Amino acid sequence: MGEFTVHRVRFFDYMPSAIRAMAFNPRTERLAVARADGAVEIFNFADNYFQEKVIPGRDGGTVEALCWVGPRLFGAGLNGAITEYDLENLRPRYSVEAYGGPIWTVSGDSAGTMLAVGCEDGTVKMFEILDETIRFQRNLERQKGRIISLSWHPSGALIAAGMIDMIRIFDAETGRATHRLLVERGAGASKSREVVVWSVVFLSDHTIVSGDSAGKVQFWDGHTGTLVRTHLVTKWDVLALAVSQDESSVVAGTSESIVVQFQFISSTVGRQDNEWVRTRTFKNHSHDVRALVHTETAVVSGGMDTQLVVRPLLDKVEKNTQESSLRKIAFPHRSLVCCAKKAGLLLFQFPEHLELWRLGESEGHGRAGDSLPVKRKPEKLIHLKRKGDDHIRCSAVSPCGGWLVYATVSGVRLYRIQHDNNNIGVTKVSKLPKSLCSAHQLCFSSDSSKLFAASGLSSVVVVALDPLECKHLHTLRPKSGSRQPVHLLCVSDDGKWLASANTDCEVHVYNLKKMKLHCKVPVYSSCPTAIGINPVTSNLVTVHADQQVFEFSLQQKEYTEWSRRLQQRGLHPVWLQRDTPVAHITFNPRNPAHIVLHDVFMLCIIDQSLPLPEARTPLLNQMMLRSLPEAERSRQSHAFKICKSFQHLLSMTLLDDQSLVAVERPLLDIVSQLPAPVRQKKFAT
Amino acid sequence: MAALYEGYTLCGLVPTQDLSNSCIRGIEQERDSDHVLVTDSTRSVTLYKVSDQKPLGSWTVKQGQTLTCSAVFNSQTKEYVAVSDNKMIRIWKEEDILLDKAFKATVSSDIWRVQSVNGGEPVVLFQRGAVRLLDSLLSAPQQPIEEVLAQEEAIRWSTNIVAETQQFVIFTTEQKGDNFLYLQGLNPNTLQRYRLEGEEPGLIPLSFSASYRDKHICLLYLYPNGHVYQSVVPVRGLGTEEGTHALPLPRSLQMALPVGEGLLEAATALVLDEAHVAVVGVPHPSAGAGKDFLCIWNTNFQTLQAGKEMAGKIYGQLWCYSNKLFIPHGKTLSVIPFVCPKSSLASALGKLRQAKTEGELKEFHILLMMTTHVDLMLLSTQRSNRKTQSTPCLTTDQVLEFIKTAPVEDVQKEVEGLLSRSDMQDSQPSVGQLVSILVSRSLSDPAFYTPSTLAQLVQTQCLCHSVCPDFVLLALERKDYFLCQLCLQFFPDIPEAVTCACLKAFISGGDNCPVGLHKAVLLCLIVLTSFSSIQLFLQYLQFLYLKYSQDAFPQTHGLRSPSLAQIMDWVCLVLDAHFTVLVMTPEAKGLLLNLHNYVKSQVRLVSELGKIESSLQALHQMKVKKDVGQYSIEVIELF
Repeated sequence: MGEFTVHRVRFFDYMPSAIRAMAFNPRTERLAVARADGAVEIFNFADNYFQEKVIPGRDGGTVEALCWVGPRLFGAGLNGAITEYDLENLRPRYSVEAYGGPIWTVSGDSAGTMLAVGCEDGTVKMFEILDETIRFQRNLERQKGRIISLSWHPSGALIAAGMIDMIRIFDAETGRATHRLLVERGAGASKSREVVVWSVVFLSDHTIVSGDSAGKVQFWDGHTGTLVRTHLVTKWDVLALAVSQDESSVVAGTSESIVVQFQFISSTVGRQDNEWVRTRTFKNHSHDVRALVHTETAVVSGGMDTQLVVRPLLDKVEKNTQESSLRKIAFPHRSLVCCAKKAGLLLFQFPEHLELWRLGESEGHGRAGDSLPVKRKPEKLIHLKRKGDDHIRCSAVSPCGGWLVYATVSGVRLYRIQHDNNNIGVTKVSKLPKSLCSAHQLCFSSDSSKLFAASGLSSVVVVALDPLECKHLHTLRPKSGSRQPVHLLCVSDDGKWLASANTDCEVHVYNLKKMKLHCKVPVYSSCPTAIGINPVTSNLVTVHADQQVFEFSLQQKEYTEWSRRLQQRGLHPVWLQRDTPVAHITFNPRNPAHIVLHDVFMLCIIDQSLPLPEARTPLLNQMMLRSLPEAERSRQSHAFKICKSFQHLLSMTLLDDQSLVAVERPLLDIVSQLPAPVRQKKFAT
Repeated sequence: MAALYEGYTLCGLVPTQDLSNSCIRGIEQERDSDHVLVTDSTRSVTLYKVSDQKPLGSWTVKQGQTLTCSAVFNSQTKEYVAVSDNKMIRIWKEEDILLDKAFKATVSSDIWRVQSVNGGEPVVLFQRGAVRLLDSLLSAPQQPIEEVLAQEEAIRWSTNIVAETQQFVIFTTEQKGDNFLYLQGLNPNTLQRYRLEGEEPGLIPLSFSASYRDKHICLLYLYPNGHVYQSVVPVRGLGTEEGTHALPLPRSLQMALPVGEGLLEAATALVLDEAHVAVVGVPHPSAGAGKDFLCIWNTNFQTLQAGKEMAGKIYGQLWCYSNKLFIPHGKTLSVIPFVCPKSSLASALGKLRQAKTEGELKEFHILLMMTTHVDLMLLSTQRSNRKTQSTPCLTTDQVLEFIKTAPVEDVQKEVEGLLSRSDMQDSQPSVGQLVSILVSRSLSDPAFYTPSTLAQLVQTQCLCHSVCPDFVLLALERKDYFLCQLCLQFFPDIPEAVTCACLKAFISGGDNCPVGLHKAVLLCLIVLTSFSSIQLFLQYLQFLYLKYSQDAFPQTHGLRSPSLAQIMDWVCLVLDAHFTVLVMTPEAKGLLLNLHNYVKSQVRLVSELGKIESSLQALHQMKVKKDVGQYSIEVIELF
């Protein structure tokens, strides 16, 4: 197959933000995750946990709580406003000030008509949910001390509110507090240290479950306001609670990084007198578990260690299936790295800024396994801080390295970059066409003459780049009328084709010569995670969240022979079991049969000229092939060449000089930058 | 192990009215170890031949007069000296029958005691602290006697000691509960006053015992609470001014004897040798109350070595003359022979080199000298035969004579010349003689020293320590550690005492501790040769071990440096062989604790390592992951 020179880059200091809140919509199977920087991410649990949408955060916009009301997502935070998110345009739709100081919690009733928020000033504020907005209705009886947590009784008649040292039960109709449940302070801890009820859950049988800062999970009788049972689960705080839909299981997340499960079962076999029993303990985090969701089959948890963990409940799933394996989602499902193939530049996207680096150079050649001496070290050319409060959503650098563009929720900024020997000049292009007001995705044509920006309603705006004036050329619109945002864009090297993919799983191909829609690829049930157009054959390759690979001939407007064969044969089980999506596809112009793609844990080159792997032969056979003599090797090899030398891969691109650029972000580097956890269990202690 | 043998009665005692006192004032040695002079508390002095348990003579003062101190024997004049009624000195000979007719002289002040040591002139100690030689006092008996002691200060105990050539009168006094030690040197006169550290208030020493060793006077004293202290006073450097200023006298607790309930009333602790103390009047630790014992304790190891129950009342009096203890008890004065063999590490290990007594060594030496002489005579005749055809050079005899007086350079030249002769190389006796002369000359003449010649002589390998016992000591005295090293290396028979002296010198030597390279080499030599002081040895071993385990020991490359395993073997060997002894030695306590802690930490370390052994092994098997750093350019190959 051949040798590659690889630029192994580890200087991208990407630091994910801690998970603050989560909300799961069981009907659509979408999980909304709010991070400490205010970003909200949507994961599709029906489609391999694919991160289909990201709403970037903004300065000062921390989200303390998230809440689904039907398909609508609400969030609120310490800035005191309730925000509804526009999931089609990936931006806040509107914000309503609650006028109660910082908001700690948001909870919607089961009917989907009311939203209750708990405020710093001790009020629970009720908002009526209207079609286009929400409207303040009234305050419940005001309490002393902040409202930390809220839970509606499924009937909608009562609300439980977790406060400091107590839980209040309100009548939602009258607004009166009906019960006061006193939460005792921690045993052994200072009596003067108040107890914060971080989380409450109101069950249909009027049981109230609370988790508090003294490490207790308590079960209360909501009718009488009496304590039924106390479980001391940690020395530290119980930060989050979640209940399964059938209310038979409750999970509690602690700052000791463990998740404890309680189940409503009989303690003796054959008896019917069920009670809440502590059953399992999960330890999948290194830091505080701040947010929890109990789906039908799994416990989803997140916290300070920034990883989203999906822990299947083995009594609810079939053993040894894709569903039964633990998943940790540590990296975003789209690229934060853009590579200028011709210029050898790397653009790193951070929420606050962009970094443009020039790759280093080596001299001479080496054999496989060698590290080449670095003649010139990589160099940071530009550190570009974004303007305004909104975080950067997407960015791109042109293949020639002469243009740089980024978009936030509120706008797009284009820069001209001039390389003058060792001096770098950055000039903002002041006049941009009006159509270029926001972008979900950005990309440049390979000759750097055009900029493509994915805009609303899955449209793509085409802008001609000229140092003097940037002109709007065209807006490409799909015929489907989909309102979903475009999350993938790619241009063929010859400049003839542009493909876009949206979260409705649609892939549209436009003819750039004619500036019109060429065709729409048959919709596949799983969302595309990476698309690429082969520069020689003009075949479109798509890889989906369920790991399927398709090749679509743009000329023939049909799946290619190879793609059909692949579908007939079926992909190798090991390939299908991978739990990170393919993030990028590139091609080797010198060998059109090669498709270069990668996910977080591997680099794969698919050689279409080779036979497809049989299900019973090993997929990962590079080590074996290495040990074989040349003649034997060709007989044993198959189309999937997988290299696992690179781990925690954020980007893999083939430069024009045939060398690969691998951007790694070792998880250890991320972990080492996290604050110290409250307690870390040491080996053998 | 010390032992008390079966005793015998020397004489019966006439009970006094006061039952708390025996009727014996004192026992003094007479002409030899088999004769003692017993003075009773009233009027009579009796001479006994101990082995015969028989009185040889007895003298009594007139009724109404009392002997106020024990009679002593003046070995120079073969006369007896006693004092009656504090002021009258009486001197008589063995043939005198009536004391009243013998010489009398009355002095102007009360006498505390007349003291005499073998070979020395009797000394008179007055109650007010003044000291006179007997002769000078008798030349003018009425001469004024000065008051040395303060008012209310009174002598409690006194003795005489000859240190080197000077005679010392040692006495202790008490003044209002404080105790003082006076060291009165004679010819020249020196006086030093020391204040004893106070024990518990109200407690004053019950007994004192003084001995002289290693140029120091050791004072051992027993308090009623059973504490036995030792104070050591250097003989040299005593102040000459007759100051009343009392220096503090440092003390070290030798033993804390079990006293049972209450305090001791009448008891005595008597030094027998460096390590042994005879004690009377102190209850036996394992015997019941109401029984009186004579015990021998080892002060080094705090062990009771021997005990003997004494019938009848014990008065707390005890004398010791040449391996015999004299103890009045009940109505008898008993003589109890004893032995106190030296306990040493070498003897325990069966490595005692000093098997021969000193006397034997001397004889061996003389024998050697005689053979040497014969050899030399033979040699010289040979040489004289040859002399005719060879270049004129001195014969061995001539050389031997020559080096006694010639200057250093000439001596070196001559000896070198002598040694270069081939026949000389294997003539061991003449080499020995040469060395003896050189050494004795060096010892007597500080300006004379021929280190290179001596080194050359040692390297002939014809010498041993017995041939020239002073050789190593000379080298030590001159701080010629190179020569010491050579001696340790080539002498097959260096006695422990000498090795120890070397070790001490090396350890306490001038260069900076822990040790310089040079000193370490010397110390290693010691480790390789022999040892005596367990403790010092262990200390050094520990030091060596730590040194080894800490860093690369620069001496490891040397030929004669012990290996780590050797050191550990030694430590184990010494500890195993002497553990019980070491445990009971107070000085070794710190060291043992150190070693114990060290071993404990090592054991813990090893056990912790054991726990993670498999992990460590896994580390071994693990492939070394390259640290790629922030950026690298690598070549991969896909097949």
